[in-house]
Amino acid sequence: MTQISENRTPDAEPVEMLLNMGPQHPSTHGVFRMVLWVDGEKVVDVEPHIGYLHRGSEKLCEGEQYHQVITLFDRLDYLANFNNEQVYCRAVEKLMGLEVSERSEYIRVILCELNRIASHMLFLATMGLDAGAMTPSMICFRGRERIQALFESVSGARMMHNYFRIGGLKEDVPDDFVPQVRDLLKLIKEDTDESDRLLSFNEIFLARLKNIAAISAEDAIDFGLTGPCLRASGVDYDVRKAAPYSVYDRFDFDIPVGLDGDCWDRYYLRVQEIYQSVRIVEQALDQLPDGEVASSLGRRLIRPPAGEVYVRAENPRGEIGVYLISDGSDRPYRIKVRPPSFCNLSALKLMMKDCWIADAVVILGALDIVLGEVDR
Amino acid sequence: MAADEENVEETQTEESTASPKKPAAAPAPAGHGTAGHGAEQPPADPLAALTAAGRELLDVYLEVLDEFDPQAGALDDIPQVSIEKQHVLRACQLIKEDPRIAAKMLLCLSCVDYTEYFQVVYILQSLEPERTLALRIDVPYSDASVPSVTPVWRAANWYEREAHDLFGVDFDGHSDLTPLILYEGFEGFPGRREFPFNEYQEF
Repeated sequence: MTQISENRTPDAEPVEMLLNMGPQHPSTHGVFRMVLWVDGEKVVDVEPHIGYLHRGSEKLCEGEQYHQVITLFDRLDYLANFNNEQVYCRAVEKLMGLEVSERSEYIRVILCELNRIASHMLFLATMGLDAGAMTPSMICFRGRERIQALFESVSGARMMHNYFRIGGLKEDVPDDFVPQVRDLLKLIKEDTDESDRLLSFNEIFLARLKNIAAISAEDAIDFGLTGPCLRASGVDYDVRKAAPYSVYDRFDFDIPVGLDGDCWDRYYLRVQEIYQSVRIVEQALDQLPDGEVASSLGRRLIRPPAGEVYVRAENPRGEIGVYLISDGSDRPYRIKVRPPSFCNLSALKLMMKDCWIADAVVILGALDIVLGEVDR
Repeated sequence: MAADEENVEETQTEESTASPKKPAAAPAPAGHGTAGHGAEQPPADPLAALTAAGRELLDVYLEVLDEFDPQAGALDDIPQVSIEKQHVLRACQLIKEDPRIAAKMLLCLSCVDYTEYFQVVYILQSLEPERTLALRIDVPYSDASVPSVTPVWRAANWYEREAHDLFGVDFDGHSDLTPLILYEGFEGFPGRREFPFNEYQEF
């Protein structure tokens, strides 16, 4: 007791304290642990600890046949399953020189963009919660649930769909898919509007997020940040535009770019991205061609020719890259995934320098990490 | 007694042979233009997948790295250069700072185990104009150390720690190679080909 009162005198030496957050902490979005060195309420330094969810996914891929690997990719970024499946399927297709039917490509894009919306909606919900706003989470979780109900009607599962196949899709979408998605888009826009109105320019929310953990474009590039975290710093870089894949070059959409690179920009960028994704899905529905979706491979065992490819895609969290090496056998020789969250999280030390403890939660929330992908 | 001793001997020999045992040598994948290893199975044309712009970029790339005796190649449609591992830090500085390439971003650092040697592949990105490059180095098992590129890109920090964890490759000059993905005291290198799938360690 005496010690505390002594330290409270104005000329007392600063006392550094070690504060452990996680891995079982609701605000760390999974099993992430960080050790904070704090001086009072001020964070002096932070040491992130990851690996609690390490399942050796990349190693496991080496032991599975090419078709089976899709299920492992589902479990990397478990909030953007379709996006992960798509990038893996594209890698194998590129290796084999396989053509994918137009209809498959369009359905893939529609599902990937809806998945991006679902993922961003979850982000809006948790971002609100991290900053102390309860209502938006109700709205956004309801919206996300609707999207997942659609995914269930398409693939049979809310998450971990295992729906994309190398060279096509598992089966065609239900007959009422197009009207269903059109109805859904209306609701998505309403939900996003409502959440946006409540949260984005709320005085308290702004005070909690604006000018917090602002990082420059140079730092963001140096740390390999991608996705909304990079674009918030004012860098106009999106794989869908920089190296268009699938049928993305046929759609008219914008890439929202931030100004200050702070937490609020990272948040608001994702709100804008939802509207852009809605635009893409609307156009894709208009253009959706008829045709076959089944893969020409059928259920055959495949042995892609020996070689290697590096394939990239824009996931909700940033750029995912798959480096796939084949030795000509029925299993991949090596798969290396470039997980966007992993790089985004590595900049945490820089972002949390000299912030308040309360801000640490917001900073981590605005990064929008998924530990399944960070740890693999 | 004699039988017991024999048993002991047997188990000992089993243990001693278990660790250095390697699976049948995996065939070197075609398509990488590394001189020493590609020689066994020369690919038809390693640059076949490159576009015209890719070939132009590759020429510039070779010119920038001229002093390190670069080997031209392609990672599918990405221009790629292989160099000796001791030059990697200087080469990366050039790649980042030379205005003709200006690869400001390290997209991916990947380690691959070919059972006799490792390969470390750097995927690099320049943003204006948007271009992708690959840099590849061979690292022998006997001397599994690579100069760290953390002074060039801070993004390399976690990638190198991860590769150190999973493959046991040392990165000289890295400030902190403590386990990132694995826990302290984990034995073995789970990324390597020889590491079994179905064995686990009690934590």
